[in-house]
Amino acid sequence: MQFFLEVLIGGLLSGVMYSFVALGFVLIYKASGVFNFAQGAMVFFAALTFVGILEMGVPFWGALILAFGAMVLLGIGTERIVLRPMVNQPPIALFMATIGLTFFVEGLAQAMWGASVRGLDLGIQDEPIEWMMETTGIGVSKFDLFAAGVAAVLVTALALFFQYTRVGRALRAVADDHQAALSIGIPLQTIWRIVWAVAGFVALVAGLIWGARNGVQFALVFTALKALPVLILGGFTSVPGAIVGGLIIGSTEKLAEVYLGAYVGGGIDSWFPYVMALAFLLVRPEGLFGEKHIDRV
Amino acid sequence: MLYREAGQFKTTYAADQQIFPIRQDRIGLALLLAIAFVAVPLFASEYWLKAILMPFLVFSLAALGLNILTGYAGQLSLGSAAFMAVGAFAAYNFMLRVDGMPLLVAFALGGLAAALVGVAFGLPSLRIKGFYLAVATLAAQFFIVWILTKVSWFSNYSSSGVITAQDMEIFGYRFDSPESRYLLVLAIVAVMALMAKNMVRGSVGRAWMAVRDMDVAAEVIGIRIMYTKLLAFAVSSFYCGVAGALYAYAYLGTVEPEGFNLDLSFKILFMIIIGGVGSISGAFLGSAFIVLLPIFLDVLVQDVFAGVFSPSIASNLQLMVFGGLIIFFLIVEPHGLARLWQIAKEKLRLWPFPH
Repeated sequence: MQFFLEVLIGGLLSGVMYSFVALGFVLIYKASGVFNFAQGAMVFFAALTFVGILEMGVPFWGALILAFGAMVLLGIGTERIVLRPMVNQPPIALFMATIGLTFFVEGLAQAMWGASVRGLDLGIQDEPIEWMMETTGIGVSKFDLFAAGVAAVLVTALALFFQYTRVGRALRAVADDHQAALSIGIPLQTIWRIVWAVAGFVALVAGLIWGARNGVQFALVFTALKALPVLILGGFTSVPGAIVGGLIIGSTEKLAEVYLGAYVGGGIDSWFPYVMALAFLLVRPEGLFGEKHIDRV
Repeated sequence: MLYREAGQFKTTYAADQQIFPIRQDRIGLALLLAIAFVAVPLFASEYWLKAILMPFLVFSLAALGLNILTGYAGQLSLGSAAFMAVGAFAAYNFMLRVDGMPLLVAFALGGLAAALVGVAFGLPSLRIKGFYLAVATLAAQFFIVWILTKVSWFSNYSSSGVITAQDMEIFGYRFDSPESRYLLVLAIVAVMALMAKNMVRGSVGRAWMAVRDMDVAAEVIGIRIMYTKLLAFAVSSFYCGVAGALYAYAYLGTVEPEGFNLDLSFKILFMIIIGGVGSISGAFLGSAFIVLLPIFLDVLVQDVFAGVFSPSIASNLQLMVFGGLIIFFLIVEPHGLARLWQIAKEKLRLWPFPH
């Protein structure tokens, strides 16, 4: 039981990490209908830029602000160069463009900062919390708990931003109906730029957390792939869905690996989330919190 | 003036229903085939045959398969490489475990095995659509590669799932030289491309396109959605499976499951996007583009900009140029290279006159 709980909690907390990446996807998909495959590359770019600036001797907060600036530039550039000329293209073309963007951003990040693996120290140790270990015997990593805290703060901040600011209201209007938003005078392109910048910020946070955990390296790009089953489980258009989906995927993935993996030779976490999300979709085709799709002829 | 169907009267039903109704098309195709079958093996160097034409043909076939599924039936798939893997490993096992299995039959059986797997992973398409389906096909991609690696029976208990293709032999003739391999692959690809061309203009292809354009409306006018979608998955996976078998046997000789990874799936998807979604010739044009582009970039960096960039920067620049070109193509010509060819044909109708 203790072991089960430990695996479960570890899984839930690692699921939070997936949610970080999924969150960026959801923001962009909601506002512009673009399935942004480059989110993983953006995470990589953000983390590498941050570490690169840090290595130049800039203090932590300065590097954070500069890296955020770089993400904003990247977002604006994407909107200007990629999205704007492709308005009214079918979604699959936009999706392909973001795959092209993935290659571009990966190349750019490594050309700028080099391809070597780098460590990143946020000052929080990846070790079990002692009093919890002593009282209940369950090991919970301090770092994971910190990541979960950051996620909670981030989601709350985003929710407040969406709910109570003028820009947030405009964002929700655009997400609801592009044309209606345009017709009442909401500047669509400005909104898109803001959304890409916010997604860039989320990518930066995800990059820092992931980078501190696993080192800043090319493999960060693959975390984006883990975020995809989280997305379809939670629904493409739902911020809470991204969090809940992340928790479900993270916990079941770890539990499956521990309890089922032994029977089939291990390594099942590469595909288990997808198969689970797939099985789930057969019951609810629009995910947990996604908008119900209505076909009109 | 050159490319005009004026004066070509159809006097029989057979003439009216042929695959290429315009005479210039037929002549052009015959010329193309003649060059591909006769001139190329005579003059092309071994490097060209092995490193450029062979992958071009194999990927064309895979792109053709994906184009049937994505371009004609409208079901976005990110798992084509996995279906290629199924084809390659199935063909290998049929050759290995059945005595005296003819090569071409093994390829066809490999394709059929891929088709079966394709139908199994196509079942969710009846419920889910669009990007949800695309992500669902990733399940096929990861699961198949994993199971081929883990279950060592598939690779005859070799380490890490590597298989080495048996010798290719048909009626006692061994396909050892690059020329003979090229001709074998070319023949298979040409026949299958013709079959695809015929399929997509017939009732099957029209049902696919109706489902692609709006599946609810297609259902209302009496198209069986389940049958049509699953048929698209089956045919597409068959093409990918045969392509995978050719990839293992004629092109590389030794493959491992990890070789059929997500990158390969994306590569094939790029081919149909750049070549033209929903067009047979697009699969070939896109494949040529994607095969040639990295080679071209290599040559450019090594010869023209030799010494300007360090190797690591150069490889990253290649990545950037590759990504940038894909975006560029999508912006400039979203319908792909096949559309450019169509525009050229329109122009040729009038040329050299202005009107």
